[in-house]
Amino acid sequence: MDTAFSNEDLKFQSEIRDFIKTNYPQELRDSINSKRKLGKELSREDLTAWHKILGKHNGWSAPSWPKQYGGAEFTPTQKYIFEQECAKAECQYIMPFGINMVGPVIYTFGNEEQKAQHLPGILSGEVFWCQGYSEPGSGSDLASLKTSAVKEGDHYIVNGQKTWTTMAQYADWIFCLVRTNPDAEKPQQGISFLLIDMKTPGVTVRPIKLMDGSHEVNETWFDNVKVPVENLIGQENMGWTYAKFLLAHERSGIAGVARSKKAIERIKQIASSEMSYGEPLIQDPAFKAKIAAAELELSALEYTELRTLAKDSAGKGPGPESSLLKIKGTDIQQTVTELAMEAVGYYANPHLGTTLSNEYVGPDYATNLSGTYFNFRKASIYGGSNEIQRNIIAKMVLGL
Amino acid sequence: MNFDYTEEQTLLDNMVTSFVRDNYDWDTRCNIVKSEEGWKEENWKQFAELGLLGVPFDEAYGGLGGKSADLMIVMEQFGKGLVVEPYLPTVILAGGLISKLGSEEQKNSIIPEIISGNTRCAFAYAEPQSRFDLNDVKTSAVLNGDDYVLNGFKSVVFGAGMASHLIISARTDGEQRSESGITLFIVDTKSEGLTLQNYPTIDEYRASEVIIENLKVSKDNVLGKVNMAYDAIEEIVDNSTIAACSEAVGILQVLKDSTTEYCKNRKQFGQSIAKNQVIQHRLVDMMIEYEQAKSILYMAVTADLTNSDERRKAVSAAKARIGKAIKFVGESAIQLHGGMGVVDEYMVSHYFKRATMIGVLFGNTDYHMRRYMTLTQSGISSSDEAISVSVT
Repeated sequence: MDTAFSNEDLKFQSEIRDFIKTNYPQELRDSINSKRKLGKELSREDLTAWHKILGKHNGWSAPSWPKQYGGAEFTPTQKYIFEQECAKAECQYIMPFGINMVGPVIYTFGNEEQKAQHLPGILSGEVFWCQGYSEPGSGSDLASLKTSAVKEGDHYIVNGQKTWTTMAQYADWIFCLVRTNPDAEKPQQGISFLLIDMKTPGVTVRPIKLMDGSHEVNETWFDNVKVPVENLIGQENMGWTYAKFLLAHERSGIAGVARSKKAIERIKQIASSEMSYGEPLIQDPAFKAKIAAAELELSALEYTELRTLAKDSAGKGPGPESSLLKIKGTDIQQTVTELAMEAVGYYANPHLGTTLSNEYVGPDYATNLSGTYFNFRKASIYGGSNEIQRNIIAKMVLGL
Repeated sequence: MNFDYTEEQTLLDNMVTSFVRDNYDWDTRCNIVKSEEGWKEENWKQFAELGLLGVPFDEAYGGLGGKSADLMIVMEQFGKGLVVEPYLPTVILAGGLISKLGSEEQKNSIIPEIISGNTRCAFAYAEPQSRFDLNDVKTSAVLNGDDYVLNGFKSVVFGAGMASHLIISARTDGEQRSESGITLFIVDTKSEGLTLQNYPTIDEYRASEVIIENLKVSKDNVLGKVNMAYDAIEEIVDNSTIAACSEAVGILQVLKDSTTEYCKNRKQFGQSIAKNQVIQHRLVDMMIEYEQAKSILYMAVTADLTNSDERRKAVSAAKARIGKAIKFVGESAIQLHGGMGVVDEYMVSHYFKRATMIGVLFGNTDYHMRRYMTLTQSGISSSDEAISVSVT
C-alpha cells in the first residue's frame, strides 16, 4: 500500500502545473468571472476554449482515452493529479458529453468510419455534443422512452421529444436513445443509439430556465428528422447496452472530489472574513463542525475514488461501484454549496449581487452563492437520481 | 499509487485469516469469553508461533519491523473474528511505549519476552476524571531515596488482568492537566500497593480498575525520561487508535455482509425482505458507510505518521469518521435483523457491541472531531496554497 507520489508522478504534477500557468488564458478567466458575476450565460467559446488548448497538447483533453484514438491514456494516478491541478487552478471544466460520454461509446462500439468522422472533433473541442436521453415521460425509467426512429430506405425518420438536454443551444451533434422496435418483449430491447446532426431540418431547441435563472438545459424536439443509417452506433436494438456503458462512464467522473476540496477552501476563506457573535464565522462551533464533517466525508471519498481508480487501472472499465461515487460526490457538492450560501448570511439574498442599475452589492465573494445552491439541487437528480444509483448498487453489487 | 498488499502482507493476511477461521469459530469464541480467564492462553502461544506478537517490533529485538499497514491487516482480521486476546493492549499499546521510550536494557529484557508470548503488558493511563484527555493525570509519583512512591487510581485498563506488567502514567511534576510532568513506570502486576479489580466489559473483553496505594517503584523502572512522557503517550495512543479503527473496519464488513445475507434469506409476506426497496437502500447505505470507513482508514495508514501534525489530523479524521460509520452500520444491522438482532444468542449483537465500544476507545467521535477542528481551524490547512478572496 502506497499513496505517496513517485518522482515521476511529481514530475508529471509540475508539468501540469506549469502547463496551466503558461497556457490557461487570463482573458478566459476574466471573461468567465465577469459573466458569472453579471449572471450572463457563458458562451460556447468560454466553455470550449480550454478544451481546445488541451486538445492540441498530447491528447490532454481526453485523459482516459487510449493513445490510439488520440487520448492521453493517463495512468489512474496521473488522472487524479491532472484533475487536482485543474481544480486548484480553477480551470473551466471540460464539457463531458463528447469526451466522457459519446467518445468512449464511439471508440468502443462504433465502426471505423464513425471513429474517423467523430473522434477528432471531440478531442479537439471543435465539435460540441449534447445528450439525448431523458424524455418528458422518461426520467429515472429511461427505458420507457418513446422517441421513435423508423427505418425508411437508408434513413431513420426520428420523431419525439428529448428533455434536459444540457447546452443543446450550442451543440453541433446530439447522441440519442431512440426506439427502433416498439414491439420488443422488454422495453430495453427495442432501443438504438443514434448520432444526429443538430442542423438537420426538424430539430428544434427550446430553453428551460432553472430556478436560479440559468439557462443550461433545453427541450429538444424531433419532427420527421431524417438521419442516415450510417449514424447508427453498433447494432440496431442494442442501444441499451451502449447506454449503460456510457452511464457508468458518466458516473465515474461525477464525484468531483478535487473541485469540492477547492470549494471548501473557499468557504473557509469566506468564513474567516464573515463575522458572527463578534468573531470570525470560522470560529463558530456549529459552523466549524459542519465544515469539519464535510472535510472528513471528502477525505474518505477521495480515497474511495483512488481505490476505484487503482482497480480501474487493471484495464476494467468503471463498474457499478461508480454509483457510490455519484451518490457521495453529489451529496458533498450539495453540502458544500449550502455551506457557502450559509456563510454569507444576508448576502445570499441579492440576485446575482447586482442592483437594478447594475452596481455590485455585498462582498464580491457572496455573488450568486445562493444561485449555485439552488442550481445544485440538480446534482442528486441528474445522471440517474441517487435513488436509482442505490437501486443499481442493490442489484449489481449486493445481489438483492 | 497502489492499495495492493505486498507479498509479505498477503501472507500475513492469509495467516491471520486462517487463524481466525480455524481457531475462532463462533462456539469456540463463546466458550472463551464465558471462561473464568476470559481469554485463551493457547491462542496467545499460537500468536507467538505465527510471529504475530513480533509484527511491530524492531528486528534488532526479534520483531518483524512492521508498519501501521501490517498492524491494520492483523487488526482487521481480528475484528472479523471478534478475537478477545489482548493483542492491542500488549503488542501495540504497551509494546509501542516500550519500543519508543525504553532503554536498551529495558527493550532487551521486555520485547523478546512479549514476542515469545511469555509476557503480556497493559497500559494504565485513564483516570476517573480524565475521560479521554491523556494529559489529565492525578496519580502521583514522589521520589523517596531510590524509589518512587505512587498513589492514585487508573480506570478501565484493558488487558490488565492478563498482564504480568503494567505501564502506569503518573504525575511527577506540574498541575493536574499539564502536559509536562508526566512520567511512565513499569510495574509488576503482583507488586504490593497495586490492587486490580477485574471485570468483563459489555462486549465481553476484560478490563480492570487499578488502585494504587503507596506503590514503590525503583528509579530503574522509569520508562523514558522523567516528566517527559506526554508526547510519546500521544503518539502511541494515536497509533493504537489506527489499530482500533482497523479492527472496527473488519467488524463493519461482517455486519454489512451478514445483514445483507440475512435480509436475502428472511422471508415475510411471502418474499425475501431484501425485495423491499426500503431495505435495499438501507443495505446500500451500510455498504457506502463501510467503504467510506475503509477509505479513511487507508488515508490514515498511508499518511506521513512521522510528522506529528499530519499524524494527529489523520488519526482524528479517521476515528471521527469511522465512529459515524460504526453507529450507522451497527444500528442498521440490528434493525434489519429485527428480533434476531437484539438477542444475545445471535452473533450480530456481539459485533455491534464491540464496534460501539471501539467507538469510545481512545476518544469518541465528538472528541476526535474537536481535535481535528483544532488542528485545522486556522482556516487553511498547511498543505494547501492560499487563495485570494477579495472583500469589497
